[in-house]
Amino acid sequence: MPLLTFNDCGIYCERADVYIDPWKPVDRALITHGHADHSRWGNKYYLCTRAAAPVIRYRLGDIKLETVEFGEVRTINGVRFSFHPAGHIIGSAQIRVEYQGEIWVASGDYKLEDDGLSEAYEPIRCQHFITESTFGLPVYRWTPQEEVMADINDWWRQTASEGRTAILTGYALGKAQRLLDGLDTSIGKIYTHGAIENTNEVLRKQGIKLPPTTRVTREINKKDYPGNIVVATPGAIGQPWVKKFGNASIGAASGWMTLRGARRRRGADRGFVLSDHCDWPSLLEAIDLTGADNVYVTHGYTAIFSKYLREQGLNAVELHTEYEGELAEIETKGNAETEKENAAADAE
Amino acid sequence: MKNFAEMFRRLDRTTKTNAKVDALADYFVQVDDEDKLWTVALLSHRRPRRTVNSKLLRAWASELSGIDPWILEESYHVVGDLAETIALILPPPEEDYDHTLTHWIEYIQQFADYDETGKKEAVQEAWRGLNTTERYLFNKLITGNFRVGVSQKLMTRALSRATGIEETNLAHRLMGNWTPNDTTFEDLIHSESATDDISRPYPFYLAYQLEQAAEDLGNPADWQAEHKWDGIRGQVIVRNDEVFVWSRGEELVTDKYPEYHILASAIPNGTVIDGEILPFRDGRPLGFNVLQTRIGRKTVSKKLLKDAPVVLMCYDLLEYEGRDIRQLPMEGRRELLERLVEEYPTNGVLQLSPVFDFTEWGELAAERETAREKYSEGIMLKRRSSPYRQGRKKGDWWKWKVDPLTIDAVMMYAQRGHGRRANLYTDFTFGVWDGDQLVPFTKAYSGLTDQEFNKITAWVRRNTVERFGPVRSVKAKQVFEIGFEGIRRSSRHKSGVALRFPRMLRWRHDKPVEEANTKDDLEALLQAYGE
Repeated sequence: MPLLTFNDCGIYCERADVYIDPWKPVDRALITHGHADHSRWGNKYYLCTRAAAPVIRYRLGDIKLETVEFGEVRTINGVRFSFHPAGHIIGSAQIRVEYQGEIWVASGDYKLEDDGLSEAYEPIRCQHFITESTFGLPVYRWTPQEEVMADINDWWRQTASEGRTAILTGYALGKAQRLLDGLDTSIGKIYTHGAIENTNEVLRKQGIKLPPTTRVTREINKKDYPGNIVVATPGAIGQPWVKKFGNASIGAASGWMTLRGARRRRGADRGFVLSDHCDWPSLLEAIDLTGADNVYVTHGYTAIFSKYLREQGLNAVELHTEYEGELAEIETKGNAETEKENAAADAE
Repeated sequence: MKNFAEMFRRLDRTTKTNAKVDALADYFVQVDDEDKLWTVALLSHRRPRRTVNSKLLRAWASELSGIDPWILEESYHVVGDLAETIALILPPPEEDYDHTLTHWIEYIQQFADYDETGKKEAVQEAWRGLNTTERYLFNKLITGNFRVGVSQKLMTRALSRATGIEETNLAHRLMGNWTPNDTTFEDLIHSESATDDISRPYPFYLAYQLEQAAEDLGNPADWQAEHKWDGIRGQVIVRNDEVFVWSRGEELVTDKYPEYHILASAIPNGTVIDGEILPFRDGRPLGFNVLQTRIGRKTVSKKLLKDAPVVLMCYDLLEYEGRDIRQLPMEGRRELLERLVEEYPTNGVLQLSPVFDFTEWGELAAERETAREKYSEGIMLKRRSSPYRQGRKKGDWWKWKVDPLTIDAVMMYAQRGHGRRANLYTDFTFGVWDGDQLVPFTKAYSGLTDQEFNKITAWVRRNTVERFGPVRSVKAKQVFEIGFEGIRRSSRHKSGVALRFPRMLRWRHDKPVEEANTKDDLEALLQAYGE
């Protein structure tokens, strides 16, 4: 019996009777990070990193939740569990599971590039590696964050010089803060969509440094926006909400912006390729760094990516899970993360 | 190419007409005449001939990038565009070549003289020194399917701004049978005589679909109504004792329709007629199916001429006695057209498209109902006082099409789309019930909103039964109303039927899958409209 198995509820450790990122309610859940497809409502007990906890509490309300530090070991019925930085968003972890020399790592969502805000990814040696493949095709290759942010700031500067408002989209938890962190505040003021500002408040309270932002509200004079930038969720575009910004230029920051089709479909004026997931080369690098012979591919281009890994001599298996990766940024409806954001915006 | 790539990026970033025109006009000011000419050619569908097939291009890209062919293929299904897929998987450039667009096009045209190895070296050499956007454009030039989503109208407007030549004039000058290899920008745009190219057609006036009620068009007396013929739009030109036939796609099709050749001597020089290339016998049109047997043929056999004879169903006159009469009102042009067709015997090659006598909109509505029986697609409405405009313009010409045939079908297979719809499931195969089995009978790609495509994509991902390469079979759960313009038996399709212009009219959330139509229902439509 392998240490971890996969069933209808999620990734399961029978010996310790715990689940990792379950998608159906269970008794005990270990959570990699706070995105809605990984941390769902209804579990009786949650365990996550201290840095991930405030957002999870904020999103799931009154839950029974315990926290661990990165690297700290919890032993349950002889199975050693520890959380290690995944570099995806603030507090995001890979979960290492060890029992009698058998080592598994469930990586949740992750990226190798250090974004300066999330705890930087650490490779963990293991025999069994559970990975996503959101961008598991060779067409996806990122440029360094610094260059992308320079492009974004150039666009903002240009838009401001035309006396227009720039609207930049990224999902509320993670991408939005990464964008905020990289914006050049000498150009103008930063306004935020409600769902993003709610998350900002939670993160600031836990000590994360973000530039000054102003929540978009009805009280703000529409004439105040031109020259400045509004950071919004992808779902907000196309809603009546954006009308108040008049003739704005819309920029979308997402890994999907690699593809011309996605850029045009998004209806954005500018597409910036910036993702909180691995591109093709870094997925391969990450897998290589684990030294694992067995790889389980949970979401993304699972069939293609696992076939490729098998050709490289690995024992790779495609799994059917309910994780969604960065789908929130291509689907405007019917996606857990987007529903969350829309609900937050509607509540105002 | 750097200017060209920058212009392309600007075009690609915006959906706003003015921004597109700005980008193009700025570009036209920056580049030399050679590049201007090639750009005009590319944007008016005069592409250089394909010199390398896509199979070879795939193989060379795979070799240079070290990416296995199968994964390149899978990537292509996700990206939805081969030129783009290749541009994305190639390793980063080692050089930064800076040559003009014309240089690169000539570079590509030389491939025709190279053997396979020579082509491969030349292509890989170019890839090594171009960035992602430039590679994409280079690949597009090679594969010969260059499209940037700029209409000829916008391009003409931008060129007009850059050159100071009036737009309608320019539009006319850009028509016709030229390629950058046999003219110069100066000759094309500036030479004064309009008769320098005797085959040059006029830009077609295109009608919009009537969305409002016909009654809202006002007084019926202001309108001329006729059949919307179900053939191919054509422009027949007789000048200098020669005849030229242009299709709406600005393709010279004179050789495909020898029926029209007698016109060179039968009607006066200086005549240009707008009409429909229509299969026709014994005083009545034949179905579009009949015309289809001729569309793809370069040479026409005697048998084909006998089985599928065509006439020109004339509905407008653009040039009369060598004079451009497009500014005359519709009724004035019609009068001259009638005189021409009656005065000169053409052995029935020229037919006058009859106009309906009507005083109430209701009479026309009744006529429209029976259009399909007459192999007509509905009714054309033209304002009697209107000039012959160019391009698609609202207001004076409307097509009032008959409602499509429909059938409720079950989605069976899904595949990702191309271009703007890459990575979304947009291409579906539909089936009807044969007992408790579904039999596939058509594909459809269009008709849903972006939001519906997003929704169905999420559904397909979660309800896949099996994968066959890029195709997924899905659970038989979703019913769609499929609309189409015609149906016929076909031995080329597994199902034995071929639909004309099938599309999704509605997603029938309300309809249980068991209540979708059956093979018998399809058969009944075939019997009624199939031949």
